[in-house]
Amino acid sequence: MTPTAVPALLPALPEIALAVIAMALLMYGVFGGERSPRGCAWLAVAGLAITAVLVLVANGDRAETFNGQFVVDGFARFMKVLVLLGSGLATIMSMSYMERERMERFEYSVLLLFATLGMLMMISANDLIALYVGLELQSLSLYVVAAIRRDTVKSSEAGLKYFVLGALSSGMLLYGASLIYGFAGTTSFVGLARLFAESSGAAPVGVIIGIVFLCAGLCFKVSAVPFHMWTPDVYEGAPTPVTAFFAVAPKIAAIALFTRTLLGPFGDLVDQWQQIIVAVSIGSMVLGAFAAINQSNIKRLMAYSSIGHMGYALVGLAAGSQAGVRGVVIYVALYLFMAVGTFACILSMRHQGRLVEGIADLTGLSKTHPMMAFMLAVFMFSMAGIPPMAGFFGKFFVFQAAVQAELYSLAVIGVLASVVAAYYYIRIVKLMYFDEPIEALDQRIGGEMTTIMFATGIITLLFFVYPLPLMNGAASAAAALFGG
Amino acid sequence: MIIQAIAFYVFAAVAIASGVMVISQRNPVHSVLFLILAFFNAAALFVLMGAEFLAMILIIVYVGAVAVLFLFVVMMLDINFAELRQGFLQYLPVGGIIGLILLVELIMIFGTWVVAPEAGQARLVPAPTPGELTNTHALGRVLYTHYIYLFQAAGLILLVAMIGAIVLTLRKREGVKRQSIATQNARRRDEAVAVVKVTTRGGV
Repeated sequence: MTPTAVPALLPALPEIALAVIAMALLMYGVFGGERSPRGCAWLAVAGLAITAVLVLVANGDRAETFNGQFVVDGFARFMKVLVLLGSGLATIMSMSYMERERMERFEYSVLLLFATLGMLMMISANDLIALYVGLELQSLSLYVVAAIRRDTVKSSEAGLKYFVLGALSSGMLLYGASLIYGFAGTTSFVGLARLFAESSGAAPVGVIIGIVFLCAGLCFKVSAVPFHMWTPDVYEGAPTPVTAFFAVAPKIAAIALFTRTLLGPFGDLVDQWQQIIVAVSIGSMVLGAFAAINQSNIKRLMAYSSIGHMGYALVGLAAGSQAGVRGVVIYVALYLFMAVGTFACILSMRHQGRLVEGIADLTGLSKTHPMMAFMLAVFMFSMAGIPPMAGFFGKFFVFQAAVQAELYSLAVIGVLASVVAAYYYIRIVKLMYFDEPIEALDQRIGGEMTTIMFATGIITLLFFVYPLPLMNGAASAAAALFGG
Repeated sequence: MIIQAIAFYVFAAVAIASGVMVISQRNPVHSVLFLILAFFNAAALFVLMGAEFLAMILIIVYVGAVAVLFLFVVMMLDINFAELRQGFLQYLPVGGIIGLILLVELIMIFGTWVVAPEAGQARLVPAPTPGELTNTHALGRVLYTHYIYLFQAAGLILLVAMIGAIVLTLRKREGVKRQSIATQNARRRDEAVAVVKVTTRGGV
């Protein structure tokens, strides 16, 4: 028996640390008794912060480990910090909700940590099997979290629906991966990239079919049309803080995985997959714009809005260029702040201690809660893409990349769809500012909600003053993916 | 050689036939039993190909766990399968046509495929030469070395599955008498036994 070298663990240190923290937290929760849930939640936030520090302190070079199944580069670091930020904010936002609704359970924080770990593994996946296990770790935790209010029918239905459709999409993804493996002979991203570079863009037909199935599976995870059907129901049924989590962190991780998978191993087959991404992107933008118009529940509205936003992010991916990836990275980073801020507002919408979700409940908010109305207006204007809010820059960079890649029709349809989408975003602003209040929402908003609302609001509002850190970070992340 | 060929055709034919029986049986319990038969035949096919580890896993995991679980579900849950299957046959023509179209399309596509010439070299873990190593040995050698990352990740997935099952199903019930072994062991004779003097013809 030949001895085997221990793989280098340092590149995967953040993931290992997060896994250990999650398991330790599980122990703490089990033995901590009745008072543990809130402590667990804060410890989970601390764990995420430690992981983020570990991600940031590592040196900036590309490093592979575990026989090339795991990769860390500038792109992975940037996306990981975004995911950790999203998870941390979602955990903080859920604490007081869980206590109010008497559903505080320490497993919730532990499952969020495991989901986040799965996302980090997805971002760093450098092999088809590693991609799948990361995705499955994330999805499995999310299915449980969606159904965590097991006594309400809606939450159980959301969890079950998400699980069944998620299993279907995992099946498609695995089928695609097995076809790719069968025709290319390797699951390693590096090996696949070498293979297709040597054959200069020609690929056996089995690989093409495999890529189509792989894309279908990944489209499901980013909830892009035509694999979006689960999104509104799951968003509506899941408890609101869980929806806030769903809308941000998993989307960012899945977009990062999508980007790395298509541009890494299949970078030379851009002609083959570009049409798919263009079609999916147009479908998502148009559906996100039109289907949200008639919604009366703000969580459903946010679901369609997130479908639309994923469509815009995929515009950058369709460009298939370094500028496109930079656009995607900037877009999801700004989307993180807008979405977290909007959900902080939604979670603060309470009427006589009960959470309300109707858009009509926001009527006349400017008279009862001037600050919250202002912040929500900022987020809505930003999501609609009106300058000088942050959302405008996100859209600007992806459309710029699409135009540079000569995808003119895609860019034009995208701009038109965003005009349609502006209707329902600005309708909320109109309701808040120009209609008379029917019944006022509760005055008291929790301290952490206010802080999150203001922090994300200020970033969204004043991004244009000092955009350099994000722009440079995104540019170097994109460059890292292209080996520059 | 000829015996191997005969064995292959027998096992394959029985596997397909029992597959058809699974979907055409009226009684769901019979369906599951035919499923088990299909699994056994598939395992035999694996043995013929020299993949004895897969064959054993198929029998242990699928027959031993999954199929028995199916059997439990079918017997415990009161699902009216006859009602569920109503109209099953009326979709058969449509389903058959779609299947046929797909088959023709696949034949058209795969009629022209070629294996990439570099495919053999790109393979990362070379297959062990038969005869030197058994399947199980070969898998064991790569599972904990080359694939340690995936092995650990799979372990985490199972942990999450376990946490999920507990979170979604465990309920704290009031008034349940639990066995406490420590208390049982700590009991002494004078706490549990009382000596009662019974008078003659008196009763307790």
